[in-house]
Amino acid sequence: MTVPLDYEILRLAWWALLGLVLIGFAVMDGFDMGVAILLPVVARTDTERRVVINSIGPVWDGNQVWLILGGGAAFAAWPPLYATAFSAFYIPLLLVLAALILRPVGFDFRNKVEHRHWRTWWDWALFLGGFVPTLVFGVAMGNLLIGVPFHFTSELRAIYTGGFLFDLLQPFPLLCGLVSLAMLVMHGGTFLVLKTEGVIETRARRAVLLGAVALVGLFTFAGALVATIIDGHLVVSGLPGDGPSNPLLKKVTVDAGGWLANYVEYPWMLAAPLLGVFGPLVTALLTVMRRSGWAFVSSAAAVFGVVSTTGLALFPFILPSSTNPSHGLTVWDASSSPLTLFIMLIATVVVLPIVASYTVFVYRVLRGKVTAAHIESGGHMY
Amino acid sequence: MTELGVVELSRLQFALTAMYHFLFVPLTLGLAWLLAVMESIWVMTGREVWRDMTKFWGKLFGINFAMGVATGITMEFQFGTNWAYYSHFVGDIFGAPLALEGLTAFFLESTFVGLFFFGWDKLRPPIHLLVTWLVALGSSLSAMWILVANAWMQNPVGSAFNPDTMRMELTSLGEVFFNPVAQAKFVHTVSGGYVTGAMFVLSISAWFLLRGRHVDFAKRSFAVAAAFGMAASLSSVVLGDESGYVASENQKMKIAAMEAMWETEPAPAGFTVFGIPDQETHQTHAEIKIPWALGLIATRSVSDPVLGIRELVEINERRVRSGILAIDALERLRADRDDAQARQTIARHAGDLGFGLLLRRYVDDPRRATPDQIRAAANDTVPRVAPLFWAFRIMVACGFWFIALFAMALWVSTKRAFGKRWVLWLALFSLPLPWVANEVGWFVAEFGRQPWTVDGVLPTFLSVSSVGTTQVWTSLAVFVVFYSALLVADLYLLIKYIRKGPALTPEPPASLSRRASAQALVAEE
Repeated sequence: MTVPLDYEILRLAWWALLGLVLIGFAVMDGFDMGVAILLPVVARTDTERRVVINSIGPVWDGNQVWLILGGGAAFAAWPPLYATAFSAFYIPLLLVLAALILRPVGFDFRNKVEHRHWRTWWDWALFLGGFVPTLVFGVAMGNLLIGVPFHFTSELRAIYTGGFLFDLLQPFPLLCGLVSLAMLVMHGGTFLVLKTEGVIETRARRAVLLGAVALVGLFTFAGALVATIIDGHLVVSGLPGDGPSNPLLKKVTVDAGGWLANYVEYPWMLAAPLLGVFGPLVTALLTVMRRSGWAFVSSAAAVFGVVSTTGLALFPFILPSSTNPSHGLTVWDASSSPLTLFIMLIATVVVLPIVASYTVFVYRVLRGKVTAAHIESGGHMY
Repeated sequence: MTELGVVELSRLQFALTAMYHFLFVPLTLGLAWLLAVMESIWVMTGREVWRDMTKFWGKLFGINFAMGVATGITMEFQFGTNWAYYSHFVGDIFGAPLALEGLTAFFLESTFVGLFFFGWDKLRPPIHLLVTWLVALGSSLSAMWILVANAWMQNPVGSAFNPDTMRMELTSLGEVFFNPVAQAKFVHTVSGGYVTGAMFVLSISAWFLLRGRHVDFAKRSFAVAAAFGMAASLSSVVLGDESGYVASENQKMKIAAMEAMWETEPAPAGFTVFGIPDQETHQTHAEIKIPWALGLIATRSVSDPVLGIRELVEINERRVRSGILAIDALERLRADRDDAQARQTIARHAGDLGFGLLLRRYVDDPRRATPDQIRAAANDTVPRVAPLFWAFRIMVACGFWFIALFAMALWVSTKRAFGKRWVLWLALFSLPLPWVANEVGWFVAEFGRQPWTVDGVLPTFLSVSSVGTTQVWTSLAVFVVFYSALLVADLYLLIKYIRKGPALTPEPPASLSRRASAQALVAEE
């Protein structure tokens, strides 16, 4: 079957779509991970904790599908990326998995036994279920920017040459992990302000301000490091937009500050980092002004800005290699075949709006604050 | 050469996590539809007991559902973490159904399952009912995509090898989707899930009845489960897996191994009910055979032979030799990307490339393989026979028992013969059997495909990631510890809530109740 779209356009579309799905994950599952991180801080008594847990109880599961979809989209549209990144980040992903395994069970099991230790244990499990993925995904983003130690054999087997875990925990990636934590503390906070009242709402408001300020500082600092000492990668030759998906055919050079090249060439892209800096400030302002709904929207925009800043800086790279830069994966040599990209594009363009519309329906049904009185009245509540 | 330890550990981890995941999936598949049926009756009749049933079984559904979600994420990540070369080699085809599963099915199921639990007071009954139906639909759709992906591993249609990217690429989504193996597997596997859901409800209802607790509630649940289980077990056995084997050239080895058919027999071949297969001597001892049966099942004819293992190995030896030619041409193409002759050779022999790759277990460069090594590689295409032979027979025996049991249960509930306590006891003690059948069924499907991850295309030992044994030991240990602890918590909660029983809405006056229950019974029949 011939595909009615250029390979280049398909690859570009899938780069954008993967970005969209990952941002969808950071915005949707991001707020409930942020809420989980805030659980021990904003809620002290059992009823308070139940209010917080029930504020995300009915929706976290649907939100987590954004992550599943991200994994699936990487597998289907960028198989070399999925294969290389997942096997290189073996132990970090194991940590994420362990945390994510605790999450669904934590939500469902916690309230089913009335014992203090049982509940305290699940509270911590839920906290880790939010904290660990947030930190690890941030660290992973940081590792993308400094490059991951891998190369390919002639039969395109990816060989990861880094160590067990600590190679991936260098200072810059850890800084990015903190950016991620601050971002989701702010984002989860804005959701809690919307969904709770009284003392929890007050504490959540404080968390938003703290997260927003920390995010601006950390994000700016990370940006300054990228501009000065972090090596950026630049494709020199051998990379046509419609060439075969074989990462062995190009030449890449490395240059400190090189990740800013796209921003110099296409100044409109600066909108992303600007959103990353001003989004949190506006969020803080709106929270102080008690415009909770708009604060949540603004926080989501900040998340969009922070995540897309990294994606745009890396372009056309999607997984740079630190040990063999020419083997780094790019949009132009690490995708699926045109037919797979085309079919998946059609499916996504048709189905994703349907998903969005029933998600809106569900949130409309569940609108309004979760209150202590509501929790204590019984019914099915976590 | 890839280290053997990583291969075996990764296989062990995949088997453990997949089989563990599949403890929860079938119950979700089956219970979701049973909830939809129960709630539909509530919405149509307005009788509160049906809502009580939906809520009680729904609570158990929720506990099980959480475990299914928790263990499912592992599966999606695992292809990349432990099977990186597999992911690179077939991601172009295999990734698509996984992504489509997330997009079209898992979103549906997961977004609405929250409303199922939290929406009782927020939605009008017909809307809540719609939500329940969407959850059930989502879970079965999800199973469909996963089985499309798995069926492609069993029977890789609609794809071709691309020497420029060193991987398999999609040529037709239609062929992958309408893969006959996929269609057969979908019906067979979800039916197995529906049997599991039905058995769960049937057994626990039988236990309530034996204890004389919640009798009215239990009788209704028993009746619904009996009817649903009858249909599901018939569908699972009668529309079983065999139909898919017919169209599949590559599955012949699996059938021969399942049947311990060492030699091709004159058509139509007999079905071995009992026997002790011996891998070394290629003989089956103490055989008891039903003449003609296998030939009829496998070929749907009395004249086509079912090929035996020895003959299949001979065919595969020729394919290994052909595969060496493909590997040789690939090397030439790597030296000169414009070598047209090499491209032609690849196009002709790419179908056997995987067989050539089997030699990599014995020699780094398959072009230098000795005749002995080629024969050894061909022999490797035979999976271990005895475990398959027995696992298959256990599954089939369970299947026929389910039909018999649900038939008895249906008779008990339609004749209102709930005094037949032995049927209730049988139902109670059959509770674990659907899980046994599901697990051995998957064992036959996956173990029977060895030595391949994708039948005839990619050997298992080449599919793994370039990770160390330390990493895989670590992950294996984490999964064993987490999964064991969660299983204890899961069973504890299930037993706690089953013992507690349903929260029943107070019944209306007795005379009214009897008339209404008679009506409900008519509706069931």
